[in-house]
Amino acid sequence: MSDKTMTADEAVGRLASGMTIGIGGWGSRRKPMALIRALLRSELTDLTVVACGGPDVGLLAAAGKIRRLIAPFATLDSIPLEPHFRAARQNGTLEMTELDEAMFMWGLTAAGQRLPFMPVRAGLGSDVLRVNPQLRTVASPYEDGEELVAVPALRLDAALIHLHRADARGNGQYLGPDPYFDDLFCEAADSAYLSCERIVDSEELMSGGGPQTMLVKRPFVTGVVAAPNGAHFTACDPDYGRDEAFQTAYARAAADPEGWAVFVKRFLSGDEREYQSAVAAFHGAMGGDGV
Amino acid sequence: MSSASAAPASWDDLPGPPVTRAEYCVLACAEAWRDAGEVLASPMGTVPSIGARLARLTFSPDLLLTDGEALLIGDVPAVGERSEVTEGWLPHRRHLALVATGRRHVMMGASQIDRFGNQNISCVGTWSRPARQLLGVRGAPINTLNNPTSYWIPRHSPRSFVERVDMVCGVGYDRAAAAGPSATRYHRISEVISDLGVFDFATPDHRMRLRSLHPGVTVEQVREATGFELVVPSEVPSEMSPEALAKTSSQVPTEVSSKVPSGVPYTRKPTAAELRLIREVIDPHGLRDREVRTR
Repeated sequence: MSDKTMTADEAVGRLASGMTIGIGGWGSRRKPMALIRALLRSELTDLTVVACGGPDVGLLAAAGKIRRLIAPFATLDSIPLEPHFRAARQNGTLEMTELDEAMFMWGLTAAGQRLPFMPVRAGLGSDVLRVNPQLRTVASPYEDGEELVAVPALRLDAALIHLHRADARGNGQYLGPDPYFDDLFCEAADSAYLSCERIVDSEELMSGGGPQTMLVKRPFVTGVVAAPNGAHFTACDPDYGRDEAFQTAYARAAADPEGWAVFVKRFLSGDEREYQSAVAAFHGAMGGDGV
Repeated sequence: MSSASAAPASWDDLPGPPVTRAEYCVLACAEAWRDAGEVLASPMGTVPSIGARLARLTFSPDLLLTDGEALLIGDVPAVGERSEVTEGWLPHRRHLALVATGRRHVMMGASQIDRFGNQNISCVGTWSRPARQLLGVRGAPINTLNNPTSYWIPRHSPRSFVERVDMVCGVGYDRAAAAGPSATRYHRISEVISDLGVFDFATPDHRMRLRSLHPGVTVEQVREATGFELVVPSEVPSEMSPEALAKTSSQVPTEVSSKVPSGVPYTRKPTAAELRLIREVIDPHGLRDREVRTR
């Protein structure tokens, strides 16, 4: 029986510069932040990132890791605009393929189903087609003859996701209210790395929630990474909510280069264990829960 | 009919302090979901959220509401409060699928909107290198092509009501028509609600029309705050369809059909029952006043 457990650094060690990487979660919710932090520590660059963007996109953009972003948005949710994403777009340092959310979902689905495209109505009449001149339309072969957008498959070299529980074989379980597109990301990717709050025995998965919570199946997972608090500072309900105080500090720091340098030195210059200690110290210094 | 439809004996007999601008906005948003039927009301922003809940508690009891995350709620808690009853599951992917069925009426925000209802939330300036990057197109393209869409703009200004939007995210009438039958098949921009008034597209060429002014606002004020030429009803008497005329008059109880000189009606005043629901049940902490201030 294969044991797919590995460290975050080992997972990132299997990636290469220039790859197309899909990142699960949604906005500032259940992002695989421990894996993103490992990516930030690596030498990898020139990435095409495919994501419903949050601070994952912001951090990678700020570190100059992204050549192209394929996304319908980037937001911190409780803070509407992602500061590093904004800066990168306004400085012209980020190439972008901007897609509608539905186009994005069907692009991932097409990739997972080994189809070249999926037809959608979304996009017609909008400037999504103007700013992405590579997009094509397709005519229905049936009597209606409708012209629809052919969303190309969003095939990924690798996917990174974070779930609540997984077994060592790569079966992943989510315990929150929303699966986002995480299973679609894994199915659309040649390899997928699943970090989780806790690695458990397979028997324990069923006792943690109903069978419908077992979102990701092991044929679609290459590596399993134990990463407690690994979605921090994004939300990982019900295990923990978004760390709003920390997110606010992140957004404030991102507003100016000096503040950002201090933030990077304090939180992002060490490994994951040092990151978590620095976060604990951040809250300790704020007196308790940091609110 | 619910009690909310019955007017009090005198419109000046309402309890408590005078009706605020924010409360007119809530009422106008609620009206967007009147007769919507058994569909999901997707409000974005505080005032539309209060409006959707008001509609569900009064004249549109069949509306579906979400908790803002992945659940359909069976009760109507105050905004910001936890729901106690769940009647369904609607994570993002199911939400997108629901949009394609058309069983939803969304009220989105708009950083920019033009006279045909084209909306922008992506960026200001040139797309390749924007002066101000905003959210991105999000679901605006799929929304506008699949289900009725309204807009809520809490601060009406020439910066938001523009001659041309920089990036068409939500598709307006002219762009949908140019894109062809697949684009127009399920396309409908219902109305635009701002802190100054209510606007619709009930004109022969679907140009934005001033439907009602919130009390205290003048046509001149709206014109000054709008970056394009608005259609004002008194100026197009013969061109308006009977349906549009009927809709306008039904929005205005005869007791308060006081009109400004131009012939534009005022936004309907909430009834005593509606006002009590807004103030005591749905928004007891006055979150509406943070989004809209009388100016």
